[in-house]
Formats: sequence, structure tokens, C-alpha cells
Amino acid sequence: MNAIVDEENTVEVLLVEDNSGDVRLAQEAFREVNRSIHLHLASDGLEAMAFLRQEGAHLRAPRPDFILLDLNLPKMDGREVLGLIKADQSLKLIPTIVLSSSETDADVLMSYQLQANCYLRKPAHWEAFESVVRSINDFWLTKVKLPPQMASG
Amino acid sequence: MTINASGEDVLKEVLLVEDSPGDVRLTREAFRDFDQTVRLHVAMDGVDAIAFLRHEGHYANAPRPDFILLDLNLPKMDGREVLACIKKDESLKTIPTIILTTSDAEVDIAKSYQLQANCYLIKPVQLDEFENLIKSTSDFWLTKVKLKQQTQAR
Repeated sequence: MNAIVDEENTVEVLLVEDNSGDVRLAQEAFREVNRSIHLHLASDGLEAMAFLRQEGAHLRAPRPDFILLDLNLPKMDGREVLGLIKADQSLKLIPTIVLSSSETDADVLMSYQLQANCYLRKPAHWEAFESVVRSINDFWLTKVKLPPQMASG
Repeated sequence: MTINASGEDVLKEVLLVEDSPGDVRLTREAFRDFDQTVRLHVAMDGVDAIAFLRHEGHYANAPRPDFILLDLNLPKMDGREVLACIKKDESLKTIPTIILTTSDAEVDIAKSYQLQANCYLIKPVQLDEFENLIKSTSDFWLTKVKLKQQTQAR
């Protein structure tokens, strides 16, 4: 298969996830579902914020088209990351999808209160994981009109 | 979601805020074809939508919607204003609010995300594409997404 990707149509996705097994599942699922997705990884909340603010090693980080955010993260919790994103006049435009193994009502409610764009349960098994990634791709990348990329990068 | 005694989701409640009778009809038909457990409620203008959400006037018994489909250009109160009202309200802000409009203007898209619309959809002109979009939306938000559980407080 031809792996050359049209740069024009590249979709930048930031995955904030500390579990290396889940990272691997996500990488494989995205590769399977849509090869024009560039998956960037932040393995804790602080790194996610540095990426989004283009700080330190992330000086040249692209602005993601959307963010997949786990809730339970080291250093800075996913809830705090979500709160910071949605309190920032520029970052708040980036659709932020919570992808968490937690099913507790309190986590779901709090995520929507903090203005997560949607809440998806993270499955533990490959097939279900791939199906969630496929749903994200089919809805968010083919149906939804994502926010315009700001000209000033 | 309305939950019955055995804890099953019996009906899904969707609020459509739309002033064009043609689009209301198309949306209604698309939901009927696709998911008969969806009960579609229609508000024809922004003031009506807010009254529905706040259980005011003849909406005293209105259910809390599982999600809202909101047009931007509406009489009486604009869709942007409705969106801002919803997202400023501590209780209503947790209802996913999906913009469904013919506008593809960047300023409308950016403004909607700024006001914390959950996502932005452009109404396709073609009938089958329109039906398809309603299907995907209903499927994603009602079967894939984890929504806040309704605790029937009444």
C-alpha cells in the first residue's frame, strides 16, 4: 500500500494517554482506519499543555484538529487539562474528546460540565477499541465541520 | 433518556430547534426511518427553545433532551444566543448541543466552537446526504457517546 500522505489533508490529533498499551492500541487503530491522521502523543497532563502552548520541546507542535484526552493522568489530571483548554480563548475551539475507561456518572457529568465535546468510554479489547476509533473517524472527520485553523500559527 | 422501572432506556429525547418546516419534516422522517426510539421535539424559534429547556409555560412537562440540534438563523432569538444561554447555564450546559446549519462561513463555525457547541454540522442540500447525516449523528450521539445519565428527579 502506498504510505505517502497528502500533506494538505493531514489531520493532526493529540492523544493524551499515559498507558503504553492504550497508546499502542490507538496507534494501530488509527493506522488501520485513516492513514492521513498524524497521531501526536503526550503521556501526561503537563506535556499535553506544553504541546498545546508550543513550549519547550514542543515549539513546533502543530495545532491539533482534535484532542483525545484520558482522565487519569500523572502530573496533571485530565480534568485539569480539560479545564485549562476550555478556559483558554484560543484552545477552547479545539474539539476535546474524553476517552476514558471510567464509567462513573461523576466523571461523565464533570467532563460535560467542563465542556468536553463528547465522552467516549475506552474499551480494553482491540476490536472494541478499533470500533471506537472508527466511530471517531467516521463522525468527527467525515461529518463534522471542524473549527478553522487560525492563520496565525 | 427516559428510563423505565427495569432501568432500560425506553425513549431518547431529541430537541430540534429549526424554523424551516421543510427541514423539520426531513429531520423527522430521517429519525423515523432510522431510530424509532427517538422522540423528536421541535422548537420553531430561539425563545421557544429556551422555554422548552426551562420547562416554562406549556412546556412544564417537557423532558430534558439527550441532545439538541440547533439551527443558527432563527427568528426571535438567534441560534448563537440560544447556544450561549445553554452553555452559561450550570444544568443545561451538560446537554450536547450540535449546530446544524446551512452556513459554512468560518466566522459562524469559529463562533459556535467558541460558545462551546459540541460540534458543528453543515446541512447538506441533497436529500439522501441529509438523511445520512441525521443517521450518523443519531448513531454517534445515542449509541457511541456516553451521555450524562438522567436521574428522573420528578
